Amino acid sequence: MKVVISNHTQEIEAIIKTGRVLTNESDRFSYSFDASFGTYLPDLVVQTKSTEELVSLVKFANREKIPLYPRGQATSLSGGPLSVKGGIILDLSVMNDVLEIHEEDLVAVVSPGVLTANIHKAAEEKGFMYPPDPSSSHVSTIGGNLAENSGGPRGLKYGVTKDYVIGLEVITPEGELINTGGRTVKNVTGYDLTKLIVGSEGTLGIITKAVLRLIPKPKATATMMVIFDSLVDAGRAISKILSAGIFPSKMELMDQASIVAVEQFEPLGLPVDAAALILIEMDGHPLALQEEVSQAAELCRTVGARDVRIPKDKAEEAELWRARKLVSPAIVRIKPTKISEDATVPRSKIPEMCERLQEIRDKYGVHLVVFGHAGDGNLHPNIICDKTDHEEMSRVELAVSEIFTAAIELGGTLSGEHGIGIMKAPFMEMELGAAGLDMMKRIKDVWDPNNIMNPGKIFPEPGQKMELS
Amino acid sequence: MEASLKQLREEFQYDKTNNCVQCGYCLPVCPTYSTFGKETHSPRGRINLVKMVGEGKITDLSLLEEPFDLCLGCRACETACPTGVEYGSLLEATRAALVKRKTFSIPVRLLRKSLLKKVFPSRKMMNVTGHSIWLYEKSGLQKAARKSGIMKTLPYNLGAFESIMPVPVSPVERGRALTEMKAKLKRKYTVAFFTGCIMDAMFHRINQLSIKLLSEAGCDVVVVPKQTCCGALHAHSGEIDEARNLAKQNILAFEKMAADFVVNNAGGCGAMLYEYGHLLSDESEWADRAAAFSAKSKDISQILVECGLPELRVRAGERVTYQRSCHMTNVQKVKQEPIKLLKQVPGIHFIEMDQAEMCCGSAGIYNIVNYDASMLILDEKMMHTKATEAAVIITTNPGCLLQMKLGIEREGLTESMRALHLIEYLAEAAGII
Repeated sequence: MKVVISNHTQEIEAIIKTGRVLTNESDRFSYSFDASFGTYLPDLVVQTKSTEELVSLVKFANREKIPLYPRGQATSLSGGPLSVKGGIILDLSVMNDVLEIHEEDLVAVVSPGVLTANIHKAAEEKGFMYPPDPSSSHVSTIGGNLAENSGGPRGLKYGVTKDYVIGLEVITPEGELINTGGRTVKNVTGYDLTKLIVGSEGTLGIITKAVLRLIPKPKATATMMVIFDSLVDAGRAISKILSAGIFPSKMELMDQASIVAVEQFEPLGLPVDAAALILIEMDGHPLALQEEVSQAAELCRTVGARDVRIPKDKAEEAELWRARKLVSPAIVRIKPTKISEDATVPRSKIPEMCERLQEIRDKYGVHLVVFGHAGDGNLHPNIICDKTDHEEMSRVELAVSEIFTAAIELGGTLSGEHGIGIMKAPFMEMELGAAGLDMMKRIKDVWDPNNIMNPGKIFPEPGQKMELS
Repeated sequence: MEASLKQLREEFQYDKTNNCVQCGYCLPVCPTYSTFGKETHSPRGRINLVKMVGEGKITDLSLLEEPFDLCLGCRACETACPTGVEYGSLLEATRAALVKRKTFSIPVRLLRKSLLKKVFPSRKMMNVTGHSIWLYEKSGLQKAARKSGIMKTLPYNLGAFESIMPVPVSPVERGRALTEMKAKLKRKYTVAFFTGCIMDAMFHRINQLSIKLLSEAGCDVVVVPKQTCCGALHAHSGEIDEARNLAKQNILAFEKMAADFVVNNAGGCGAMLYEYGHLLSDESEWADRAAAFSAKSKDISQILVECGLPELRVRAGERVTYQRSCHMTNVQKVKQEPIKLLKQVPGIHFIEMDQAEMCCGSAGIYNIVNYDASMLILDEKMMHTKATEAAVIITTNPGCLLQMKLGIEREGLTESMRALHLIEYLAEAAGII
């Protein structure tokens, strides 16, 4: 459905004086996708660095009831930037010119198009760290990270994006430019709208600037690899280490299917007969690290770890992390379609969730691979399938929905870090309950009375089901 | 499925697009995405356009022309891709499918026909080109042309390239070209030297220096007479059949020589030779022979690292940077060897530029047919090059060499900076002339 007519286009072109309005079909198709499923053709794409122009555009769109979809570099795995109701894609990746590190305030001020990795780099150059580290950080924009409240391996110790945002500049769906929070860690003036906007998946406004909290960069890191004969033991080891008061910066799990896939893809000498392995990274003072590494190794052995490998130098360490990096490319060699879930459970339930996942795999006969940021309960069960095989895809649908059920039954959540978008919308009520979901919907209605800001996301349409086949 | 859609899927290699998970890891390494600033000019965007054709959502194929014309084909995206999408194959298939349907304007048709089909593959024609360049300068025509301003009226901004033409080689000197050279000391390998068409016409001297340097390093070098153009420019322009013909001619010519390696000094040609196995994999009579040829094909830097360089003179404090050949990096995967060789030159200060792996915008004949786009890409490259304050930019491919010379000229840096082929620089340091 085309909601932008030619009169609109002329007015939009008049508003966007310094930027570009893309109307060609080839351009529109090129903004019709993200890293999830489906293509939805926008009517046009707007690129501008000017907040003032965006404010005028939002006012205009609100008056004419034209849907707007903020988009960074579209690495979303949940359909966040897809123009599902037609309308205008706002390519905010072009707003990449503000990246200031304020050393004395320990904050970074950034515009939404800045790449997350560039924030890491700028902070580290001054001896600081911006901890959230989604694996796409060299491609993803901070605007997208904020909208989706992205996590990453370091979430285990340091938390996620929302834990590092203390102030925002936002264009509301009615075209008002507001500031939330500020530049102080402590701030209790009124409702915390900052936290409401972060993770709202672009449904409550357009973030045009953010103030991020930085912390001192840890002095050193140390890595170890622990090998297990059972996936459930690996889960137990994770709980054991954490409850012993050791707080690694990363704990990444690879199950047997992912170990085998990596070895077939690129032989690194991983034990293909092992049921699971965990890669652990600690950070802190070098002397403390030595002690923590040996303590963690001991704990793993007590729960039945087969082997603990501690790399001799940085090169060997890099080799170990390479194994983890290769999981994604390796598993898609098996079959082309990767359904990447991020259901998350409380840490104590990791072993149980591992068991449930194995049952689901066998019950539906799907190729399920488990790897990910196990230390924070954010397992990544990935189903490797072929989207052209409809029979297989309908089994995948059932398996995915049972993964969601399992996570919620264990006291967890549908999504740890990828967001709800369109694919998980049908499961919202299962986690939140009717009243909980309705409360969210009412907030959305107040912020965005004409439902123009990223419509079709988070909230299920009547009768909406997950469709993969 | 409709027969026509099925056919389109085959022609555009739609199946290969399914390996793309649209993660966007290709975006930060794509020079055209960076320069033109939209997904339409990104690898992921282009792959999606092909996907849309295969799914029947795009029926007007002309929508693909600009995005695919403006792709440099540097294939940096393949190196960045975590799922192994064969972008190079997709690009060539798409271009071939588009070329088949397109009616080119008359000047483009003439350019394609004359350059691709008649000039590059013909040693005689390439020699004529070389002679013409020489005559042009020696006859005083160059001076006259520069004075008259006639260069500005040439099509395709060819005038812009006129001033960066290499020092020409006279027909007499060309006639004395080396056809073989024994290893100077103990022989380690026997190598067949691949001269290349543009390389030989425009950079004849670099070829001669390459042969001498190989001999110094311990190789018996032979120049196989019946070799021809590698076919890269054809393959990249969608003329796959012509590329296959040229590949076969080269395989025939080199098979007769029992050399250990086929050595070239042009990153782009080297990549094509490296891919003959892939190019002819469907032809049973040729597949094995092509694969054997590709296995023997090496860049000169690989051989020189293996054999060792002769003694080099000190070049105290000279600041040197390296502009990679994309095809050498992303297709041949030859990355460290040129740097290893450079670092053996005593006294130099080697500095990597920012975004070192980004294309310079030369890309075969891209800088001729897409001049404006190419200059935007070059300007970005020159910004990073200037920041190194290097006195020498090293290249490993004739196209890159010309483009970097042009970049120096455009920036007004001819007094302080020079672009050289790696071999020229090494030969200079080794005292070989």
